Amino acid sequence: METPLLSILIWFPIVAGIIVLGVGKGPQHDPLVRKLALGFSVAVFLFSIPLYTGFDRTSANMQFMEFHSWIPAFNINYALGVDGFSVPLILLTTLLTMIVVVAGWQVIQDKVAQYMAAFLIMEGIMIGVFSALDAMLFYVLWEAMLIPMFLIIGLWGGPNRIYATIKFFLYTLLGSLLMLVALLYLYDQSGGSFSILDYHVLPIGLSAQILIFLAFLAAFAVKVPMFPVHTWLPDAHVEAPTGGSVILAAIMLKMGGYGFIRFSMPIAPDASQELAWLMIMLSLIAIVYIALVALVQSDMKKLIAYSSISHMGFVTLGFFMFNGQGLEGGMIQMISHGFISGALFLCVGVLYDRLHSREIATYQGIATPMPMFAAFMVLFAMANSGLPGTSGFVGEFLVILGSFKVNAWFAILAALTLIFGAAYTLWMVKRVVYGKVLNDSVAGLDDLSGREFVMLAILAGMVLLFGIWPNPLLELMHASSENLLVHLEISKCPSLCR
Amino acid sequence: MNAASLSVNLVIPEIFIASMACLILVAGLFGNPERSRLLCYRLSITTLLITAVLTIFGITSDSQLAFNGLFVDDPLAELLKFGICMLTTAVFLYGRQYNLDRNLFHSEYYVLGLLAVCGMMVMISANHLLALYLGLELMSLCLYSMIAFYREDKLAVESAMKYFVLGALASSILLYGISLLYGLTGSLHLPEIRDTIAGMDHTNPALLLGVVLIVTGLGFKLGVVPFHMWVPDVYQGAPTSTTAFIGSAPKIAAFALVIRLLSGGLQDMHDVWYQMLIILALLSVLAGNVIAIAQDNLKRMLAYSTISHMGFFLFGILAGNQAGYSAALFYVLVYATMSCGAFGLILILSRKGFESDLLEDLKGLDRNSPWIAALFLVLMLSMAGIPPMAGFFAKLAVIRSLVEQDLVWVAVFAVLLAVVGAYYYLRIIKLVYFDPPTAPGSVTVKPMSWVVIAANIGILIVMLPWIGALIELCNYAIRTIL
Repeated sequence: METPLLSILIWFPIVAGIIVLGVGKGPQHDPLVRKLALGFSVAVFLFSIPLYTGFDRTSANMQFMEFHSWIPAFNINYALGVDGFSVPLILLTTLLTMIVVVAGWQVIQDKVAQYMAAFLIMEGIMIGVFSALDAMLFYVLWEAMLIPMFLIIGLWGGPNRIYATIKFFLYTLLGSLLMLVALLYLYDQSGGSFSILDYHVLPIGLSAQILIFLAFLAAFAVKVPMFPVHTWLPDAHVEAPTGGSVILAAIMLKMGGYGFIRFSMPIAPDASQELAWLMIMLSLIAIVYIALVALVQSDMKKLIAYSSISHMGFVTLGFFMFNGQGLEGGMIQMISHGFISGALFLCVGVLYDRLHSREIATYQGIATPMPMFAAFMVLFAMANSGLPGTSGFVGEFLVILGSFKVNAWFAILAALTLIFGAAYTLWMVKRVVYGKVLNDSVAGLDDLSGREFVMLAILAGMVLLFGIWPNPLLELMHASSENLLVHLEISKCPSLCR
Repeated sequence: MNAASLSVNLVIPEIFIASMACLILVAGLFGNPERSRLLCYRLSITTLLITAVLTIFGITSDSQLAFNGLFVDDPLAELLKFGICMLTTAVFLYGRQYNLDRNLFHSEYYVLGLLAVCGMMVMISANHLLALYLGLELMSLCLYSMIAFYREDKLAVESAMKYFVLGALASSILLYGISLLYGLTGSLHLPEIRDTIAGMDHTNPALLLGVVLIVTGLGFKLGVVPFHMWVPDVYQGAPTSTTAFIGSAPKIAAFALVIRLLSGGLQDMHDVWYQMLIILALLSVLAGNVIAIAQDNLKRMLAYSTISHMGFFLFGILAGNQAGYSAALFYVLVYATMSCGAFGLILILSRKGFESDLLEDLKGLDRNSPWIAALFLVLMLSMAGIPPMAGFFAKLAVIRSLVEQDLVWVAVFAVLLAVVGAYYYLRIIKLVYFDPPTAPGSVTVKPMSWVVIAANIGILIVMLPWIGALIELCNYAIRTIL
């Protein structure tokens, strides 16, 4: 029997979380809890490496498949498998969870065990979302993920955390429930199957496809988030603790993008083509308008949150260009944004831990007391504005290339935003990092501790690695993206509808 | 099937519980009051557990009749009876300290409880309208008295009175409907009624009136909008130990009432009652979820949540086919478990002179009792229907049956209101986890109650891998009665 690698990746962190919860009976156990959590998250990361090395890059088929019957009455199965789109996202999850555990090492002093357990359990659930091949299993995990995040924001968040966390929960729940109805409709149409792969080949009429597409859009657009349903994100980010922001920006947003690739596009290819204008329009609005919004923020976390929305616009823009560059560019953008936004939130966290303020105006000239930190912050800011040589450039460049093939105007609009992106990011860096040292409290700041250095250095290494040599990532997803593009060309309508 | 036989062996659980109730009533009269009360309490719990075992012991694979066809024993009845016995046991255990503190710990209280369970069991197995009505009234009268038992409390007496008056009204409406059916078909046997109606003109005004009256009576008993006025007052006014009882086991019995009448007797009138149920269900889900937001009393909030859950349950019934009924059965089993757990938690948190039934009493529970807080978390998420809790799968089964019936718009309406519902459940989690504590210190929970409440609520998430088997069981139980 083969090792059920995906099951291990899902259940090990969940069980580990429960163990951590059981161990942490009081503040005296906190040091042990931290070490246990770190040990477990490193172990999960190590377990996820065989996924990369053992993955057959020449095949677009699902790999590492597992199948068990779960609820036979509804034909719901515990079906897992990964393709070129999910493997990079799973690796991103295991890497970032490790970093998040480190990030919460000192900052979190209250209910340490619950904090660490929440992240470990969430890690398992997120890996499950990326590897579920049964629509109902996917849905269960997709929603279950909200619970730990709801608690993380609500328990360890900022002053307005309750408003933010309830808004986050209800927003995402509303979107997902419409997806649930669409899944049940598909179940009915397919003669009683919840298999995502069955849905991919199920013929559906155009009008039904459009409704299904819109229902999925409700779920995924909230998650990505796309304009105009993005308003929960700045609130959630500002109030969440650093670790929560990192996971939210780096992984949860990616689930929306993943949803488009796994559900919307292959299940409703005709509707995707038909409604591509809507998606492109919303993406461009997000790219341009939200970039302008980011420009005027005075709160660093809010600025990065808006910048995330703007960058995720590139992802959806790339996907709905229906060509190789666009699709792969969108995927690269997702991974790279995971590193960059995660790193930027960590940078803000580092500053917040010291002066308890996220206002740009509180800081000025921190390059003098914190030279090492300043170097990292500038690197990530450059990556965020898409400097060649960083991973931010690769994704955005490929998306722009892909959109040029479709319509030069899309490309011009998207490329123009790179200027805005550079503007808001670099302007923030200019105000925070450079200039005269503002006051004594800034002058007295300590530079990075060893722990902070390690977590930022890992991310910096990733950003540079994929900026200079994106090939390992591209070749991982190439077969799958070719396959999806071929699939999108074939109409699923019973009668010709294109 | 031999309809003429007596087949006493099928009725052993009911006979056992009724005789034990009489025995306990007498036993309570003798000896030192303190000790005899404790003895009666322990005897009642033993009785319930033995009855549960007897129900399983007599398991059958098809329908068997007893008492000349008055009584039917089928897998559905056994499943429901087993659920009722287990939930009542849990309710009695949770309520022990509460009843002791409020001078409700009398043998009579538990005798009434046992007789109510007996009534429910008769109702579940009724194959005849008279038996059905008898069971219903036995249950209802015991429930009224169990509320009025708390006679020092004005609110409890008032709510017992309200419950009694409206309950009697509902019974009379139901009875009027039954009498019309009897007049039209000449029989009180449900299968015979069904056969006669199949050959009748379905637009016959008397028949329609009968169906309308029966559905109205059921609406009252279930507490669905617009017949829901009594639910919040009764839930709030009754002593919590009784509310826990009213909120759990009778819901399972209500399923039997609905299924025996609508499916057993009036299946052919499906196109008539279906239209009424859809309106009742939509209004209940709407009103229940929206009004619950405005409540500051936990028991009252749970009452409105019951109304919306009963609406959801009707969504399953109105499909009128096997998938729908089995979804409704699964829903009601999960709901009764959740409701029992919810009131159980309130009972555990309350002390002498402290009811713990206000929302603000829950503030900061996580600081003092993290494990009870965790139970609240699981329970509220389950009630809101958030996966991976069992409540989600119950909602899923019901929504699936709606989509199957091409009622996609109803399904969309139902899920949108589920978001409204999620708000007030999340508010509880917010109070428990995010707010600073105000209520007095941590609570001490008896180990027995701990085990039971943890099992009661824990099952909502622990059952996850086996949830398929439970749904299969519900399907099986429904298949044998159709």
